[in-house]
Amino acid sequence: MESNEIREHFPIFKRFGREGIVYLDNAATTQKPTEVIEAVVDFYTNYCSNVHRGVYRLGEEATEKFNKARENIGNFIGAKDNEIVFVRNTTEALNLLANSLGSKLGEGDEIILSNSEHHSNIVPWQMLRERKNVKIKFINSKHTETIKPDDVADLITKKTRIVSLTACSNILGNINDMKEITNVVHDSGAIMIVDGAQSVPHMPVKVKDIGCDYLAFSGHKMLGPTGIGCLFGREESLENLPPFLGGGEMIRTVTKEGFTCEEIPLRFEAGTPNIEGAIGLSAAVNFLKRIGMENVRQHEKELITYTMKQEEENNIKGLVSYGTRNMDRRAGIYAFNIGEIPKFDRENLSDGNISLKVQAIHPHDLSSVADRTYGVELRSGHHCAMPMIQDLGVTAATRASFYVYNSRDDVDRLFDAIKASVKRFGL
Amino acid sequence: MTDDEYINSEILDEHFRTPRNFGVLKDCTVEIIESNPTCGDTIVVDLKINGETIEDVKYITRGCSISTAAASMLSETIIGKTLKEVENLSKAEVLSNIGLRLGPARERCALISYDAVQKGIKKHLKGGKEAEHF
Repeated sequence: MESNEIREHFPIFKRFGREGIVYLDNAATTQKPTEVIEAVVDFYTNYCSNVHRGVYRLGEEATEKFNKARENIGNFIGAKDNEIVFVRNTTEALNLLANSLGSKLGEGDEIILSNSEHHSNIVPWQMLRERKNVKIKFINSKHTETIKPDDVADLITKKTRIVSLTACSNILGNINDMKEITNVVHDSGAIMIVDGAQSVPHMPVKVKDIGCDYLAFSGHKMLGPTGIGCLFGREESLENLPPFLGGGEMIRTVTKEGFTCEEIPLRFEAGTPNIEGAIGLSAAVNFLKRIGMENVRQHEKELITYTMKQEEENNIKGLVSYGTRNMDRRAGIYAFNIGEIPKFDRENLSDGNISLKVQAIHPHDLSSVADRTYGVELRSGHHCAMPMIQDLGVTAATRASFYVYNSRDDVDRLFDAIKASVKRFGL
Repeated sequence: MTDDEYINSEILDEHFRTPRNFGVLKDCTVEIIESNPTCGDTIVVDLKINGETIEDVKYITRGCSISTAAASMLSETIIGKTLKEVENLSKAEVLSNIGLRLGPARERCALISYDAVQKGIKKHLKGGKEAEHF
């Protein structure tokens, strides 16, 4: 399917007509095709019931569809169905791990993260540090570089227990080689966790190829509904993992004295799950399978390559962009600034060194103008990656991120919109 | 789509390009640092309070046009006002002074200086001068 043909499946683009909107905030969430919307509606219209327990027809139908969804999603990343735990999103998956794996850690044990992690792969570990006094070490890569196996090896010690890294930075678009990194981590005996929020939706991902112990991703970033995501865990890893939340669905027996746990993956799914979410995500997976994940990756690689070309040709004064220039290692994510607003340094500002005239356009201003002139929807701010924003030495950045329905025309409109904001707020 | 009040707002432009009362107040009685979680912008607001009256205010920010212009307009509004008057100033009045229809994200930009001032008054009433850490 070409991007024009793909767009036909998304009712939201019809709402805004021909001139319409250019939606470029796909790293935050994606639009939903009719197939996904209908799968969710179908559940509520035709077979709404709770899963696992009811022995009546509706309950059996709902359970069957829910289980099939798990199998289908597992298959998509090369996992068995009992290796897929349904959670709300990547954030919840990583919190589950920080709690359950964290319960086995002791004072002085080390966790390795990187400076390009999303807050969801930083804060749960910092919360664990408050409980357990573990040590967190950061790989500090330059924005132009992907994370290399050597960067990880340099930080590994005998005390390293967990390495948790993003497969693809949500702000830089840098794609890290998780297979090679996992090999280094496993050689040391540590556990490898992959944040797949920006990789699973955008490129072929097979967990057996990577060899990681855990991988987390969100449904809504890959055409699925919000509120559904997955934690993949290798069968033997999940078997040894303590439960996270307690309650219904996750138990085998409960007495006044105690409880026994259900088998994996239900052991990690306390309470009624997001049934329609899982079924909707399965429909999204089918949609992506029809396009083919190799084609998804190829399409986005072409768009980001074209973006680099447009950046060069337009030669906009003051434009600075971030991320690797190696397109083989770059996802469809383009973060940039028009002039850089330095990070707020109160001491410098108070010492009579107040420079009011910053030669820059604030990302919020740029995004508002882009939206209101050319209908280009961009993200502005810190992108839930404040440590990287700090390392870039700025307060914020603007980000465009592509998906299957975007085209070269959208990239052209992006640069028209950037030029419009330069005209409005000028340097 | 280009005929837009935000794109064409002269008052926004004027306050953004030449913000009033910008700077540091060396003899302030209270200082507040406030951040906008949406974008990481920060503002430092210094208030000089004498008895019941706000005698002077200065601020430093490197925020967007709306947060800078809003801080500028707010500073003009509150100088000479009593603490009670400023405490009674509503968010709606501040937004209406700016005169633009803003979405919830940009409203936060417009209100960061307002939040800082309100916190500053509370802090003053409790009797502290040191800046809160952000």
